[in-house]
Amino acid sequence: MKRFQAFVKKEFHHITRDWRTLIILIGMPIIQIMLFGFAITNEIKDAKIAILDHAQDEHSTVLINKILSTDYFQLEKYLADDSEIESIFKKGKVKEVIIFESGFGEKLEKEKKANMQIIADASDPNTATMLLNYTQAIIVNYQANINLSKKLPFSINIQSEMFYNNELKGVYLFVPGLIAIILMLVSAMMTSISITKEKELGTMEILLATPMKPVIIIVAKVVPYLMLSFINSVIILLLGYFVFGVPVHGSLVLLLLEMILFILTVLSLGIFISTATSSQQVALMASLMGLMLPTILLSGFLFPVENMPLPLQIISNIVPAKWFIIIIKGIMLKGVGLSVIWKETLILMGFMAFFILLSIKKFKPRLA
Amino acid sequence: MISIKSINKSYGAVMALNNINIEVSKGEIFGLIGPDGAGKTTLIRILTTLLLPDTGSAQVMNKDVVNDFRALRREFGYMPGRFSLYEDLTVSENLELFASIFGTTIEENYYLIEDIYKQIEPFKDRRAGKLSGGMKQKLALSCAMIHKPEVIFLDEPTTGVDPVSRKEFWQMLKKLKGYGITIFVSTPYMDEASLCDRIALIQDGHIMSIDTPNKIVSQFDGKLYAIISDKKHGLLKDLREFPSARSVFLFGSHIHYTDKNEELRKAELTDYLKLRGHDKIEILEILPVIEDCFLALMGNLKDAAHV
Repeated sequence: MKRFQAFVKKEFHHITRDWRTLIILIGMPIIQIMLFGFAITNEIKDAKIAILDHAQDEHSTVLINKILSTDYFQLEKYLADDSEIESIFKKGKVKEVIIFESGFGEKLEKEKKANMQIIADASDPNTATMLLNYTQAIIVNYQANINLSKKLPFSINIQSEMFYNNELKGVYLFVPGLIAIILMLVSAMMTSISITKEKELGTMEILLATPMKPVIIIVAKVVPYLMLSFINSVIILLLGYFVFGVPVHGSLVLLLLEMILFILTVLSLGIFISTATSSQQVALMASLMGLMLPTILLSGFLFPVENMPLPLQIISNIVPAKWFIIIIKGIMLKGVGLSVIWKETLILMGFMAFFILLSIKKFKPRLA
Repeated sequence: MISIKSINKSYGAVMALNNINIEVSKGEIFGLIGPDGAGKTTLIRILTTLLLPDTGSAQVMNKDVVNDFRALRREFGYMPGRFSLYEDLTVSENLELFASIFGTTIEENYYLIEDIYKQIEPFKDRRAGKLSGGMKQKLALSCAMIHKPEVIFLDEPTTGVDPVSRKEFWQMLKKLKGYGITIFVSTPYMDEASLCDRIALIQDGHIMSIDTPNKIVSQFDGKLYAIISDKKHGLLKDLREFPSARSVFLFGSHIHYTDKNEELRKAELTDYLKLRGHDKIEILEILPVIEDCFLALMGNLKDAAHV
């Protein structure tokens, strides 16, 4: 036990004396959540549009005012004729152009039917679709207001509500994903590097020639990183809650326990990487390419797993972060308990046991 | 204390150790002497249970290095060739760490390392990475000795260390020997051979000779001459081309020479050299040192390989 304590102390010295790395490890989650929360967003806000109003009557003017009074759109320019449409798109100045036919209001009154056209820049398809949807929603709403006094023969009233994320905030999605990525980075990468570092510097050689049990060497290495990772995820949770208002609907205790489970899983993964590699460089590359990319791309963090081709969907099952993100979203956003996420929890435990067994099998008590 | 029986070890096609047999008795300073790549580190790693031999066996303190490796790792002290302590820990933190690994304290065995550690103690709060080469070696030796081992293995402890520190280091080893500790040390410096009780000369994985340094020197075959001339450049080549030359090696400022004949015909050699433009020729009979023996044995080994 005294040996173990001495080793944990040694590991803390290693971490705290390499203060550059420490700053990166603590600062990275903060910077990343700020970036994802503020800068990188797929919400529509102040999208620039142009309007070509051939009618310029009461109806078109009211509708334009309604559209521009939202946060979503900002008027770049009124166009004078059709020829300007393409050039303004080509310049990339606007994302959408709204066109009213001439006599829009008159037709609407007399013929009960009028035309307008919406053209969107689909070089960014997601944004284009969203802009169209928003614009249509405003027009439908206006239409409903006109019809309010009249009795329609048939009508279906649609009341839609966005559950778990009312305002469709991107940060709700990013916080769980970021926790997964940061934990992956700190736990798996840093442990694998710090173990291979001992191999590279020759200190592992001298440790092997002592009665020190390899298990103790490695467990002692894991303890500080477990703490560091835990602190990091708590920082992200706090920032998410206080800065971006990301709620924790479920049990906080369960959430923290699941986070520790995931940290242990990726730590065991990091240990496994270090038993299979002998230099820091290789361990770093293995962690980055082998862990970070699948975690970002296949975990459902950025792209929904259901939309992937079948082979990728199958591969995504061996990405631990995928299961963790399901768990953490469930607890944070939906407020579910263990009765719902027990399967994912068991899968993570399985991963952990698998990597620990594999590492024990692969760890050599000698140099070669 | 240490018993090595017909150990072989190869890395792929390269034979690193070829049928090694060595017995080291208690309290001896045993030197393993040979150039880089001779197999010194491989042998020490086998003895310290870090590598497995292909064939053969070895016992340290009556424990087998393969089967009893766990028990054996409590017993010996080991100082690897490369400085392998934690450079980001301070001097005293390193020492404390190794003391606690072996379940002991610095105070308990302080008397053993006192002479060594005393010299680095003024820097005990300095990070190990910021020490000079000689001080690093002293710290590494202190760490290897902190659990009071009966036998220590030192792999090239004086490589890359200044001459003064080298001398101090050997004095410390002598002192440790005084406590009855068996010391197995490897070195590429032939001049350190005479500081050992017994030595083994190793080259290309072969042990060429095992004996006390004096005996090895006395077994030198033939007479040895030191030759200098005013034309240093070319002397080596000219001497090698002398018909009855047996061995010609450059030794610092002069050349060590042995002749195929029992008695060197000095006049003949002088005339030969003068004919080749040398002047101020001096030919002195000298006593061989370990390096002469090593080079002679190396020549035999090569001849044997050619047959």
